[in-house]
Amino acid sequence: MAERSHEPGQSDTGAAPNSRAETAAHLRHLLETEGEAIHTQTSVSNYRRAQAYDETDNLDALRTEARAIKEDAIDRLPELIETVREAVEANGGTVYLADDAADANAYVADVVEDRADTDGSEAATGSEESGAGDGDRNRPSVVKSKSMTTEEIDLNDALEADGIDVTETDLGEWVLQVADDTPSHIVGPAMHLTREEIADLFVEQFDPDVEFDTPEALTRFARDHLGERIQAADVGITGANFVAADSGTIALVTNEGNARKCAVTPDTHVAIAGVEKLIPSVRDLEPFVDLIAKSATGQPLSQYVTMLSPPTNSPTVDFESPDEPLGGDDGTAGANRDREFHLVLLDNGRTDMREDDQLRETLYCIRCGACSNSCANFQSVGGHGFGGETYSGGIATGWEAGVHGQDSAAEFNDLCTGCTRCVDACPVKIDIPWINTVVRDRVNRDDDPEAYDFLVDGLTPDDEPDGFDLGKRFFGNIATVTKLGSATAPVSNWLGDTELVRSLLERTLGIDRRRDLPTFERRSLVDWFAARGGERESRRRAAAAGPEDRHSELDREVVLYPDIYTNYVDTDRGKAAVRTLEALGVPVSVPDLPESGRAPLSQGMVATADRQASRVYAALAEDLDAGRDVVVIEPSDLAAFQREYERFLPERSFERLRDNTYEICEFVFGLLEKGADPSVLSTGDSDGGEDGDGDRDGDGDGNRSIAYHSHCQQRTLDLEAPTTALLERCGYAPRTSSVECCGMAGSFGYKREYYEVSMDVGDRLAREFDHGGTDLVVASGTSCGDQLEALLERDVPHPIEVLAPDSTV
Amino acid sequence: MTTDTVGRFERSLDELAVSVAFTSAAGATDRLDAVLETPAVGVPLPFDGVSLPERVAAEPTATELADARTGITPATFAIAEYGTVAIESRAAGDEPVSLYPEHHVAVVAASDIVPDIGAGFDRLADRFAAGGDSIVFATGRSATADMGGLVHGVHGPGEVTVVVLEDR
Repeated sequence: MAERSHEPGQSDTGAAPNSRAETAAHLRHLLETEGEAIHTQTSVSNYRRAQAYDETDNLDALRTEARAIKEDAIDRLPELIETVREAVEANGGTVYLADDAADANAYVADVVEDRADTDGSEAATGSEESGAGDGDRNRPSVVKSKSMTTEEIDLNDALEADGIDVTETDLGEWVLQVADDTPSHIVGPAMHLTREEIADLFVEQFDPDVEFDTPEALTRFARDHLGERIQAADVGITGANFVAADSGTIALVTNEGNARKCAVTPDTHVAIAGVEKLIPSVRDLEPFVDLIAKSATGQPLSQYVTMLSPPTNSPTVDFESPDEPLGGDDGTAGANRDREFHLVLLDNGRTDMREDDQLRETLYCIRCGACSNSCANFQSVGGHGFGGETYSGGIATGWEAGVHGQDSAAEFNDLCTGCTRCVDACPVKIDIPWINTVVRDRVNRDDDPEAYDFLVDGLTPDDEPDGFDLGKRFFGNIATVTKLGSATAPVSNWLGDTELVRSLLERTLGIDRRRDLPTFERRSLVDWFAARGGERESRRRAAAAGPEDRHSELDREVVLYPDIYTNYVDTDRGKAAVRTLEALGVPVSVPDLPESGRAPLSQGMVATADRQASRVYAALAEDLDAGRDVVVIEPSDLAAFQREYERFLPERSFERLRDNTYEICEFVFGLLEKGADPSVLSTGDSDGGEDGDGDRDGDGDGNRSIAYHSHCQQRTLDLEAPTTALLERCGYAPRTSSVECCGMAGSFGYKREYYEVSMDVGDRLAREFDHGGTDLVVASGTSCGDQLEALLERDVPHPIEVLAPDSTV
Repeated sequence: MTTDTVGRFERSLDELAVSVAFTSAAGATDRLDAVLETPAVGVPLPFDGVSLPERVAAEPTATELADARTGITPATFAIAEYGTVAIESRAAGDEPVSLYPEHHVAVVAASDIVPDIGAGFDRLADRFAAGGDSIVFATGRSATADMGGLVHGVHGPGEVTVVVLEDR
């Protein structure tokens, strides 16, 4: 293919930097031109994937098994390469280990030219005409099935430069070849194009006699056209989803059937696979075959799972001898006497990835696209925005950094907000957000120092080197900023409302001026709690509220974690949590605790986050030893404790903290389950209503309707359900959102280059909640609430504010 | 094989919009004749007492293959859980015969229907150990969503029929 038309921030000279304005313009263009088609396809695949997962009883065991096989295979990779070489050679084929793209391409070109000569055609002596499968029969010709690995090495360009005709036979890939376009998704490469656009393209290119008014008509035309190319081809090239080393078996997973035709119709088959596709044996294919269609599209199984150990016994289909029996005169294996098979194993950076403790996990990827489909930002902009030179979606950061270099990953890496919805989707349990965080950290450290670094040095007590993006540094140190904002409120709030300050913030830190800034509270939650009498007063209140014959299981003490938003910006939800716990007989303390590390993590500041983890643990160790429970309101901070801290703390410390931390609604629901009395809370069925049953939701069941958007990271921790259950228990009829993320994602929605993507994602959530006359809208995360408040122009409190005693919500 | 397994296979095929026909080995040839549309191609069926109908080209040429409306092959085994038929690549041309014609008719012995994919991989591993080298798990009809809507019958068959030999 020629020019890539989707690279962001590149001028005609190819040297322009990625400014915020350029990135914003590029993403805006994609939102307008491709967003709708991408969203339609990815959200359906994601929904079906979730359904298929739900319906699979042993899903987690399958994912665990698949992951273990990959871990073992990558660990033993050098050995498996030798095993597969022996097996393929014993079968009569050839294995070529290619160091890089040029090496692989040159080898494949040699094979094709050699076979075309052998076939007796007047190879490479024809005219100079070229093009996508134009069919000059004098030129050597290749038919291909879909392979991202061949995209990675730009195989088509290399072969065409050598005078070889290449025709993609996967319909989506063929459309891209005809359109001179690039894949927007690793599984559905042409999903950004609508039927109408494809029809227009075909009319322009082929001037056909038929009308392309249906997908069926387009498919028939493509099938016939490509069928001729397959029949005439000298060589068939496929990728490989998996390669079983011990038998030299290539596994191809397809729905159309073109890979089967490419593999067995011509007498020569070349399979190109990254070395990471090796697994020990055919028996190891089972969990992958069982998972890959479910994770990719939600199908139970793909139409065709071809497991072939070439050269195969299957007869070639020789359309140059159209009247000879396929099976040969005697119908035996003699018919495949001319079959030739080449397995090209591509390194291209993979050996280095294997040595890299952080990127190694990328090699477990089976390229199903589930991380793309489950990603709210990807659903809006697709792989032309959320992608590098070849790969797209969350895992692409690992692939691009590994095979094309960090610069390619840096172009799109910030579109991963760390929401973690892909973590549940990945069939091999890759911690994709972590890979994105690590690469972001590396990109930060490689950036050149910027001129006004000194401005923030006083504001940024972090462990990061001088020089990286000022905006990232600002958001990574948001705890300091927020503390300062609170200390100087209300002046800080007034300043934040001025055009001058907004303009300055936009230019220096990249904070979009269209976004409302948080309003700082002058008195923090910690100060409020201390002024109220602190822990002693809380004990008194809890004792007064609790029944005298308390069940011992209810005899708890809670440390409420004052995350920076609850502490300085939204103290109401903190106060509601304190009052709720006390009303249920549980005394609370609200100590001044360190920031969790979530903010620096989101900016790729790993060292700073690591330091914060140690500080938080040190500050809580005594409480944990005393058997107190740590209750967290902000889900992203809880997720730091329960997920990322595993990488920062000693195992025992991590487990002790994880096992004793709770999300506020999860904790309250647990108290009710152990016998605490919900009637002390503000329940949904208690007040007067308009439909005669006291609730106002119009269904007569006595429960007040409430729309609830959980938080992305909270969902990944499986903690949406306790909040829903708690609301139900307290007389509400909750309706939950289906979108994966609100689009705000902490700092993401504030950034000038991503503001419009953020609003596009948020709009989908808002539309779900905007109709149906829902009485209340609640959200667990601060940024989810901010986003919904901006979009719906109404208050969106935390659920605990609705449930707290004497709630006015 | 149990009745449950066959029933499960039948339900899976129904969900895939794949037709299923049950017959005895003795009645299989007539049954196949009733199912197929000409021109038809096929490969030898390795079941005792079962042969291809006369109007099926049993040693097809490339031209016959390209022109065929129906292709008849045996399935080495089938997986009830997913409605999958396992087509083995043999020298006689099972792979192209099951792939090129618009209508694929797969013949499977009831005793070769296994309950789930785990049992399917057991059978696959057995075949590979015994010298087989290539098997396709074919599940339903060839499909694409690349042209702006779900379409069946792309490069592979748009119609599939499974004939179960109840006494084999």
